[in-house]
Amino acid sequence: MLSVRDLTAGYGAVTALDGVSFDAAEGEITAVLGANGAGKSTLLRTISGLVRPSRGSVTLAGLDLGTVPVEGMAAVGLAHVPEGRGVITELTVEENLRLGALGRGGRVGAADLERAYSLFPILAQRYRASAHVLSGGERQMLVIARALLARPRVLLLDEPSLGLAPRIVVQIFELVQTLVRADGLTVVLVEQNARSALSIANRGVVLNLGRVVVSDEAAALAGNERLRHAYLGF
Amino acid sequence: MQQLFTTLLTGLTLGMVYAAFALALVLIWRATRIVNFAQAPMAMLTTYVALVLIEAGYSYWLGFAAALLSGLVLGALVERFVIRYVDPRSEINPVILTLGLFIVLHALAALVFGARYRSFPAPFGLRGFQVGDTTIALTGFGIFTILSVLAVVVLLVLLFRYTDVGLKMRASAFNQEVARLLGVRVGRMLTLGWALAAVVGSLSGLLIAGGGLVHPSFMDGVVVYGFVAAVLGGLDSPVGAVAGGLILGLSLSLVSGYVGSQLVSLAALAILMAVLLVRPGGLFARVRERRV
Ligand SMILES: Nc1ncnc2c1ncn2[C@@H]1O[C@H](COP(=O)(O)OP(=O)(O)O)[C@@H](O)[C@H]1O
Ligand SMILES: [Mg+2]
Repeated sequence: MLSVRDLTAGYGAVTALDGVSFDAAEGEITAVLGANGAGKSTLLRTISGLVRPSRGSVTLAGLDLGTVPVEGMAAVGLAHVPEGRGVITELTVEENLRLGALGRGGRVGAADLERAYSLFPILAQRYRASAHVLSGGERQMLVIARALLARPRVLLLDEPSLGLAPRIVVQIFELVQTLVRADGLTVVLVEQNARSALSIANRGVVLNLGRVVVSDEAAALAGNERLRHAYLGF
Repeated sequence: MQQLFTTLLTGLTLGMVYAAFALALVLIWRATRIVNFAQAPMAMLTTYVALVLIEAGYSYWLGFAAALLSGLVLGALVERFVIRYVDPRSEINPVILTLGLFIVLHALAALVFGARYRSFPAPFGLRGFQVGDTTIALTGFGIFTILSVLAVVVLLVLLFRYTDVGLKMRASAFNQEVARLLGVRVGRMLTLGWALAAVVGSLSGLLIAGGGLVHPSFMDGVVVYGFVAAVLGGLDSPVGAVAGGLILGLSLSLVSGYVGSQLVSLAALAILMAVLLVRPGGLFARVRERRV
């Protein structure tokens, strides 16, 4: 579904991504793992066009994303939930959600909101509240719900577990798994929390200093003790 | 008692004009983190557009509409072709740019319209209403001033609160990156924001000019009071801008009526400093962001 080839990008003189290639198969969760500074966020930012690559390409179901502006990504079916969540705290919960549906050019239908609220009941209770009163876990749910309202084919999630209590992380990962099973959504899940990520992922890609160290089945990665110690920290 | 009443009414009318100008500054500040000093000459130019039409024999209202419309166009052009090219990471470049624009627009107006004073008509009476044998300080034009600014505030609130484009504009103002990722054409929203701000600025120009004199610097004093009003309201809040404008108008009118009109600018400065010392976020600063 999403195909990344020889992707190279950086910030000025810093090369943050160096010839990265991998595929995210339709209806699967692909975990992108690696230490802080490995280039995971840069990878997602380059896929969604926030950073322009100096080399390489990204295609979504055959469409070259290099020609799509950032503003056009939602319309071609790519949703990116950035690191640090990206809730617009000055807006209410419902306004954040409406914004998700506007991106694909549509209006938010009652059915869309209903589905979001049934997946995330906590949001239903607080839909009129200003988003800045939400807890970290609630904010993560809000941005995932908002991304889903654009009806994406591919969802890029950047460290959804960051700063959340383990109990909440489990809840959110279970939810992502449910979505993939129910909708056939394709997910690229960036995580430092490699153990949890591999427990729900089908495949994993390990990055170090902007390069792919290894990419394999999630179970194989989790079973490779040397790799775990060297790059995954568990 | 009579004098207090008069002073308050004058202050209210004046405050509404400051409020409109402050609102124009706040709309732009919120969206682009730029204090648009060029707002004053922009409003001056569009007021001249109205004046030229009115002097050519068209009705006041046609001139009025043309001024607002040319504000819309001018604001959009300034954003699209000038502001768009400043580095958003720089703090000082945009300020220098709007000051440069200030000077350029002044020169342009002097060149095209001449530097002399020209009188500008008012659509309604400029004399206070007669109640019994006392005259109230509220004029027909004063009522028009208050109502037109109120109408603009209500329209803006409706736009921002209840329409999709208003939601997209707010999202673009608060978080450009997230807005873009959600498919909002942020550039267009910023252009629209500048255009609307310039319309509101143009309205304040028309209200100041009404029944008075127009020349290339006639709005320059207003930019100072408008800025103070915007800071009173916290620079980020349209409602704050309106409240700030009213507070400033009333306070300055009281100073002028009871202390001395020569102290008005000094009083504005004193109010600004007091607010910055006691509540640097403005009188209506929101509660602190919850940290998570
Ligand atoms: N905006 C930026 N400007 C300059 N360097 C950056 C920027 N963002 C990230 N980097 C650098 O790029 C490298 C990869 O960073 P990042 O993609 O954020 O890694 P990760 O998400 O895996 O922690 C790091 O060396 C980081 O310092
Ligand atoms: Mg990161």
